[in-house]
Amino acid sequence: MAVTALGSTEVVRPSVRRRRLEDERWLALVLLMPTAILLGLFIAYPFFEGVMLSLSSARVGDPGEFVWFKNFVKLWHDSIFWTAVWNTFWYTAVTTVFKLGLGLWLALLLNRHFRGKAIVRAFVLLPFIIPTVLSTFAWKWMFDPTFSVINWSLFKLGLISARINWLGDADLAMTSIMIVNIWRGVPFFAISLLAGLQTISPELNEAAAIDGARPWNRFWYVTWPLLLPVTMVVMLFSVIQTFADFQLVYVMTGGGPANATHLFATYAYQIGIVSGLLSEGAAVSLAMFPFLFVIVVAQLLYIRRVEVR
Amino acid sequence: MIEGALWRRWAFSYLPLILFVVVLLFPFYWMIITTFRPDGELYRPWNAPNNMPFWTTKPTLEHIIYLFEETSFARWMFNTMFIAAISTLISLFCGVLAGYALARLNFPWAGSLGTLIFITYLVPQTLLFIPLAEIIRDFRLGDTPWSLILTYPTFLIPFCTWLMMGYFKAIPKELEECARIDGASRWKAMAYIIIPIAVPGILSSGIIAFTLSWNEFIYALVFLSSPDQKTVAVGVTSELIRGDVFFWGSLMAGALLGSVPVAIVYSFFVEHYVSGLTGSVKG
Amino acid sequence: MAEVTLHKLNKKFDTTHVVKDVDLQIRDKEFMVFVGPSGCGKTTTLRMIAGLEAITTGEIRIGNTVVNEVPPMDRDIAMVFQNYALYPHMSVASNMAFGLKMRKFEKSEIEQRIKRAAAILGIEQLLHRKPRQLSGGQRQRVALGRAIVRDPAVFLFDEPLSNLDAKLRVQMRVELKKLHERLAVTSVYVTHDQVEAMTLGDRVVVMKDGVVQQVGEPLELYNTPANRFVAGFIGSPAMNFAEVTLAENGGHPVAEAPGLRIALPDALAARARAKVGRKATLGIRPEDIHLAGAADAADHCFEANVEVVEQLGSEILLDTRVGPATVVASVDPMVKVRTHDKLKLALNPARLHLFDAETEAAI
Repeated sequence: MAVTALGSTEVVRPSVRRRRLEDERWLALVLLMPTAILLGLFIAYPFFEGVMLSLSSARVGDPGEFVWFKNFVKLWHDSIFWTAVWNTFWYTAVTTVFKLGLGLWLALLLNRHFRGKAIVRAFVLLPFIIPTVLSTFAWKWMFDPTFSVINWSLFKLGLISARINWLGDADLAMTSIMIVNIWRGVPFFAISLLAGLQTISPELNEAAAIDGARPWNRFWYVTWPLLLPVTMVVMLFSVIQTFADFQLVYVMTGGGPANATHLFATYAYQIGIVSGLLSEGAAVSLAMFPFLFVIVVAQLLYIRRVEVR
Repeated sequence: MIEGALWRRWAFSYLPLILFVVVLLFPFYWMIITTFRPDGELYRPWNAPNNMPFWTTKPTLEHIIYLFEETSFARWMFNTMFIAAISTLISLFCGVLAGYALARLNFPWAGSLGTLIFITYLVPQTLLFIPLAEIIRDFRLGDTPWSLILTYPTFLIPFCTWLMMGYFKAIPKELEECARIDGASRWKAMAYIIIPIAVPGILSSGIIAFTLSWNEFIYALVFLSSPDQKTVAVGVTSELIRGDVFFWGSLMAGALLGSVPVAIVYSFFVEHYVSGLTGSVKG
Repeated sequence: MAEVTLHKLNKKFDTTHVVKDVDLQIRDKEFMVFVGPSGCGKTTTLRMIAGLEAITTGEIRIGNTVVNEVPPMDRDIAMVFQNYALYPHMSVASNMAFGLKMRKFEKSEIEQRIKRAAAILGIEQLLHRKPRQLSGGQRQRVALGRAIVRDPAVFLFDEPLSNLDAKLRVQMRVELKKLHERLAVTSVYVTHDQVEAMTLGDRVVVMKDGVVQQVGEPLELYNTPANRFVAGFIGSPAMNFAEVTLAENGGHPVAEAPGLRIALPDALAARARAKVGRKATLGIRPEDIHLAGAADAADHCFEANVEVVEQLGSEILLDTRVGPATVVASVDPMVKVRTHDKLKLALNPARLHLFDAETEAAI
C-alpha cells in the first residue's frame, strides 16, 4: 500500500481489529488465552478445590461439611502417614544419590569416542521412555517370590543358598522399589549430563592437562563446576518426580507389606480412592505440597546462585 | 582426547559400559522372553534343577492370543493412541502459541507469567488427582477419553511452552522484524517465518509430549472405570491380575506390545527426542 | 518516492530517554546517513521510522502521511539488517519473493522483479540456494535484493556492512553507492563508521546521547564541525584537541597553553576577542600539521617530541608530545623521522578550530 498521496498531510489510522493484532499486548493476550483456560480449569481450580476438600468431611457420594483442620489433625496421629512421610524422604534421598552417581558415571563413559556410540546412547535411554507401569511389571516378575530370575542367577553364582523374598519383607521391598527407580532414572541423568558435558569445550580440559592437572583434578576443578548448573536442574526434575512417585509402588507392592512401603501418593490413593474418604485423601496429597514447595524453592535459589557465579 | 593403554580402556570404559547396557536392557529382554514362553516353562520354581530361564525351546503365541481374544487389548491400544495423539495436538497448539508470546512479545507481566508456567511444569499429577477426579465428575467427563484428553495438557502444555520458549528465543528477532517490514502482519510473520523455522522444536516437543501422555498412569487409573475405556497401562494392571493371580505371560505380552508404539516413535526421532529432553533441562 | 520528516521525535524506554527532540527533513531521493557512537539513539530512530518501535512523542511522516500508528507492513519501506535476517528455511528466490507475495503480486510480476534485481546484484546463479549455503558477501547481496524487488518508497539500512570483512566492506560500499545512484530511492542508513558515513551520505546526521549534533553534507561536517564532538568524531585519525586560554598579544588574540602559543587567524579572531581570558578548546586535524619550514610564521609553530612513528606508506603519522598534551601529525612519507626526535611542527592557521570550553560549541 503506497503512501504517496499528494496534497495535505493525512493521518492514517488502521482498523481497530488490525491495530489490536499488531499491538504486542493484545496479541499476547490472544496467544496465551487457550493455555490460561486449560491450566486455570484443570490446575488452579483443582488446587483450590483440593484445599476445600481437605478441610471438609466429604466422602464418595457425600459432600460432607466444613470441618476445618480435622483431617490434618487425624493424619498427625496416624502412624501409617508418618511411615509414608519417612519413606518418601528416604526413597527420594537414596535414589537421587545413586541416580546422580551412576548417571554421571555413564555420562562420562558415553562422552568418549567409540564406534556405535549413537546406537548405545539410543538404547540406554529406553528405560526412560518405555511406560513406567509396563517396565515395572517386568521388574515385579523378576522379583517374583517363587519364579525370580534374580534369585536363580545369584544362586547359580553361588552368592545365596536360600531364596530372597524381595517384595515380601518391608525393608527389602523398599530396596527393590528403589532399584527400579534408579534403573529408570539413570538414563535421564546420563543423557542430560552428557549434553552438559558436550557443551564444555575440550580445550579447557587440555589446558588443565598442560597445566599439570591429573585426570581426577581435571574432573573436580574443571568439568564438575561447569556441569553444576545442568546437574542442578536435572536434580530438580528428578527430585520432584521421585517425591511424588506413585506408579512404582502401586505396581510393585501396592504399599504393602502391611502398609510399610507407602509414599504420599500411594497412601492418598489408598485412602481417597480405594477407601472413598475423599477429604482425607486430599489432605494426604496436599500435605505433600509444603514439602515440595520448600524443596523447589531451595533448589531454584541454589540454581540461581550457581548460574550467577 | 587423552587416551591410555588398551587394557585400561577395557577396564575403565568398555567393561563398565557393557555392564550398564546389560543391566539397563535386561528387563526388556525378560519381557520378550516371557511373552513367548509356554506357561509350563514359566512357572517352574527358581531353584528347580531343569530350569533354564534365559531361553526357550518351545516359543508360543498363546499369551498374545489370550490378550487379543480374552481381553480388550486392541481397544486399549486404540484408546491410548487416540488420547495421546489428541492431547499432544492440543498441547502443541497451546504451547507453541504461549511459548511464542512469552519468548518474543513485550507485554506487562511477561516474566512473571513465564515463571508461573515453569511452576505449573513442576506440579506433579499426584498432587491434584483427587480434587480433579471430583471436577471430572462434575463436568460429566468421568469414564470418557475426554477426561484424559483435557487433563493431560495440564502437564504437557507447560512442558511444550517451556521447550518452545527456548527454541523461539534462539531465532533472531530481525527475521520477524524483516517479515513485518516486508508486509506481513505480526500474525503472518509468526505463521510464515517463525513457526516454520521452529519446526524441529515443535517435533521434539510433540514426540516427548506423546511419550509422556502414553506413560501417564494415575489419572487414567482414577478417571476411567469400564474395561472398554481403559488405556493399556491401566487395562493390563486391572484385567490381567485377578486377586493375587498374575497372568504373567499375557502381562508381559501386554507390556511388550504396549511399549512398541512408543519405541517406534522414539526410534524414528531419537535425535529430536534427545535434543528436546536436554533442551528442557537447559531451558 | 517520498520524503521522510521527523518532527520533535522522542523515545523513552522506561526511564531512559534515548531519542531527544529529533527534527529532520530527509529529502526525496536523498541518501541520509545517521552516524554516532553505540547507544546514541541512531538505531532507535531508524526503528521508529520502520515502525518496529513505538514513538513516545512526536511525529514521523513518510510522504504526506503521518505514519505513527501505521504498522511496518503498511509503510512501504524496505530494510536491510546487520545480520541480513535472511529466512533460513527459504531459498534465495523465495526470500526475495516473500514481500511481494505478502502484497499479493502476480506470480509473473514477482518472477520478473526477482530476475531484474538478481541481475543488478549479480546473484542470478544463487537463486535456488538456501541462505546457509552462501558466503557473507552473497548473503549481503541477497538482503539487498530482497529490499530492491519491493521497489519501496524508502530504504532503511541498519549497519548493513559491519558483519563483512574489511576488504569486502569497501567493495560493498562502492556498490551501495552505485546502486543508490541507479535506483534513486530515499535511503536512511545507520552506521557507527564515520568513513561509511562520509563516503555514502548525501548528507550526514551526527548523533550523541539521543541528540542530533549536526546535520550536513560530509565536507561541511569535516570543515566546519558544529561542536567539539562532531569535530572529534568525523575524520581519521581524529582531530587533536588542546585546552587553551584565550589571551591577547599585542592587540591580536592568541591561544595559550603550556609549551604553546598560537596566533588565531582573522576568521576566528573577531569571535575570540569577545572571550579573551576565558578557557577554550583548540582543535587541529593531523593532516593540517606539517614539519615547520621557512614559510611558516613563528607564532604558528611549536616544539614536539616524537614518541611513536607509524609508517602508513601514503603518509607518516607522528604521535608527539607537546608540553602535557599529545598531538598527532600526518606528515609527508618522504620525511625521515625517528622515535625520540625533537621536531619543530607548524600548523595551517586557516584550518584551526576553536570550541567553547563549557558548551563545546564551535566559536
